[in-house]
Amino acid sequence: MFAYRSVNMVRSNQEGEIMDNYYSIYICGVGGQGIIKTSTIIGEAAMNQGLDVVMSEIHGMSQRGGSVSTELKIGGFNSSIIPNQSADMLLSFEPVETMRGLDKANSETKIVFNTHPIIPSSTDKPYPSVDSITKTLKENFKHVLPIDGTQLAIDAGSVLALNMVLLGAVTADDKFPLKKESVIDAMKNNLKPKFHEMNLKAIESGYNSIKG
Amino acid sequence: MNLKELVTGSSGEKQFLLGNEAAVRGVIEAGVSIAATYPGTPSSEIGNVLSVLAKDANIYFEFSTNEKVAMEVAATAAASGLRSFTFMKHVGMNVAADSFMTTAYSGVTGGMVILSADDPSLFSSQNEQDTRNYARLANVPILEPSNCQEVKDMVKYAFDLSEQFGLPVIVRTTTRVSHMRGVVEFGEINDNSSNNDNHWKRGHFNKDPSKYVPVPAFAGDMHVRLWDKIHKIGDLTNKSKYNYNIEFSDDKEYGLIASSSAYNYAYDVVKFNNLNVNILKLGFSYPFPQDKVVEFIKDLDEVFVVEEVDPIIERETLSAIGAKNLDVIVHGKLDGTFPLYHEFNSDIVAEGLDKVLNFKQDGTIKYSLGLTKLQKDLPSRAPVLCAGCPHRAMYYGINIAIDEMGLKPEEVIFASDIGCYTLGINPPYNAADYLLSMGSSVGDGCGFSVSTDQKVASFIGDSTFFHSGVSPLINAVHNKHNFVLTVLDNRITAMTGGQPNPGIPVDGMGDDAPEISIRKLALACGCEYVRVINPFNLEQVIKTYKEAFQRDDTVVIISKAPCTLIKGLAKKPPVNFVEGNCNYCDKCVNELACPAISKVNGKITIDKAQCDGCNVCIQVCKYGALESGR
Repeated sequence: MFAYRSVNMVRSNQEGEIMDNYYSIYICGVGGQGIIKTSTIIGEAAMNQGLDVVMSEIHGMSQRGGSVSTELKIGGFNSSIIPNQSADMLLSFEPVETMRGLDKANSETKIVFNTHPIIPSSTDKPYPSVDSITKTLKENFKHVLPIDGTQLAIDAGSVLALNMVLLGAVTADDKFPLKKESVIDAMKNNLKPKFHEMNLKAIESGYNSIKG
Repeated sequence: MNLKELVTGSSGEKQFLLGNEAAVRGVIEAGVSIAATYPGTPSSEIGNVLSVLAKDANIYFEFSTNEKVAMEVAATAAASGLRSFTFMKHVGMNVAADSFMTTAYSGVTGGMVILSADDPSLFSSQNEQDTRNYARLANVPILEPSNCQEVKDMVKYAFDLSEQFGLPVIVRTTTRVSHMRGVVEFGEINDNSSNNDNHWKRGHFNKDPSKYVPVPAFAGDMHVRLWDKIHKIGDLTNKSKYNYNIEFSDDKEYGLIASSSAYNYAYDVVKFNNLNVNILKLGFSYPFPQDKVVEFIKDLDEVFVVEEVDPIIERETLSAIGAKNLDVIVHGKLDGTFPLYHEFNSDIVAEGLDKVLNFKQDGTIKYSLGLTKLQKDLPSRAPVLCAGCPHRAMYYGINIAIDEMGLKPEEVIFASDIGCYTLGINPPYNAADYLLSMGSSVGDGCGFSVSTDQKVASFIGDSTFFHSGVSPLINAVHNKHNFVLTVLDNRITAMTGGQPNPGIPVDGMGDDAPEISIRKLALACGCEYVRVINPFNLEQVIKTYKEAFQRDDTVVIISKAPCTLIKGLAKKPPVNFVEGNCNYCDKCVNELACPAISKVNGKITIDKAQCDGCNVCIQVCKYGALESGR
């Protein structure tokens, strides 16, 4: 009677609504990396393009070095939580945090991750090598896109521009329904003018690292 | 977005808002004059935003010492004819409950709205209690928004409802609603211009003891009036625009009733799996809209009830089925279709629905062994005390003092409290053995000191001490209890994001305010041994605790140093590592456990970006391998 399909596979629903603009991004990393700000910028850009958008964020522990994630869903979703195996993109600010977010991914999910590790101080288990993470991800997923976002951010002017590099990387995905210009406008509306030039540079380098 | 747009934004404008920001816009649109809170996640950002916008929005706003005081500030404002708003996390309702319960009896003149934010899955709470029980306990209406637009709209509507029926109204959110971001379309703003020299409007309290003083002679009538109001509101909930059907199917076989964030998951699962299930969304859920529910379920074979935390709508539905003698099967938490605890998501809801509807196909993805192994062995990244946190220094020092006194860890009970310092539970500090609620460390100290022969050390933050630590301290002294109470005075309410408290000379609207001295308070409570220590001076910390543990009365130690996250503090230079002096004892890594110190390839490494220059590690190292960057 019923057929189960994971959400991102569905391209039209009962009302025949076209769902090409549906896009879910799971964003993860470590507190202090600018994850919530990045997600808010994408959300605002979606709103400005007239699309429905919901986002989920967790507050409280983010400044205390814990894992942080946000979920962003563009299109006619009510829930701001991405069902398992149905993110269109997994955008990770840190290698190990990528591994923690894999429940949201399926074989078609674009996995973009920053290869620069943040090693927890007092840790129960050794930090795995980033090469082994990349290799293992590539064995299991079709679209694994590691980028040295931290280095690109430093090249753009500051390590703090890492979130802008990754923001640029998101806009490079062919299926991403927002225009790069709307994302840039939303960035300008949310961040101080004195950082705009550096942020633009960072967004471009993130974009090119995926497109190039 | 600039937060000021919450005040200046005109009707029809759209913004991408956090649920808590949407609540503030609702408060502004409603024309509120008085707002009060005690910060608590997931409701904290409402206060942070109001604190910035209060003056522009003609609102008097305060961080009250606790939720009960905030409730009383709001109740009296509403009794004086003003619109008032109080908000808190779910457990804050317990603190406020004594006054809240009677506010339902006395009622209000101006609209009064209480926003209580539940925390299913306990992201930052000690329990998962369901605020909807309070609506039933006190007999007041409750609204359950599912998204940011509804938060804004329902907060505003709740004020009209409150004024219409003279009752306080609860708006219940959950973490996923308070911390959801979504598109919110603004509405009209009601005028709340000031009528005096202050930036907020003043009301007038018209004396009427039969309405406002619940002595037995009056309280009995108040209870009768309360039921009268609730019966009238019951007619309204059956017709409310916030209780509505979503038709997905012409079939009358299956239906689904849902509220709050659970509705979002249920809606998406039905929509994206093309399920032939119609939905009744309940946004105004007490008084329970029984006629509306009966109309929805009477021709169904089976109905799902999807709600988070307690099976409240489910029990109300079962009761309606019993009362009307209907033949409908109910699937919810009580029959095991959905879990009885923790938050839901679309996967959990789909799994529950699938038990009856069998629509899911096996979607398991098989990963390589390498990936499975890598995932199993990931290093954890639990929240930790920040580099430079004064709490770490104090915990390190007290543990050294205990050790040097020849006491074993099991001979000292650590009664902890609610704040960043609860993170002391983690190794190597292991400094939390018992915890109940805000302020409980002091009462727990009283109990353990008479119930055991163990030493007792209680820890409480500055804000938590003002919240509910003072009256148990009076109890401790008067009843001659013997324990060491440490007030971790970091000059801020840190865990909830840095709000002021009575210990610092600033109020909730950023104005100068009298600073209340914790030391003088402790002395006034009758404590004879009160010491203020600098936690970054290890020698002083250890010496003071050794003295304190030898006493047989109630001792107060105020460990005073500012939270490293306070903005504008002078940055101290990071510590240097002198490799030649290192003895590789790893004491700095293993016993101090500062996130700025790690061992990389066998060598101590200082993360200069994180190091706050507190210099405690220099005092820990006996070999001079760590030296001040000054």
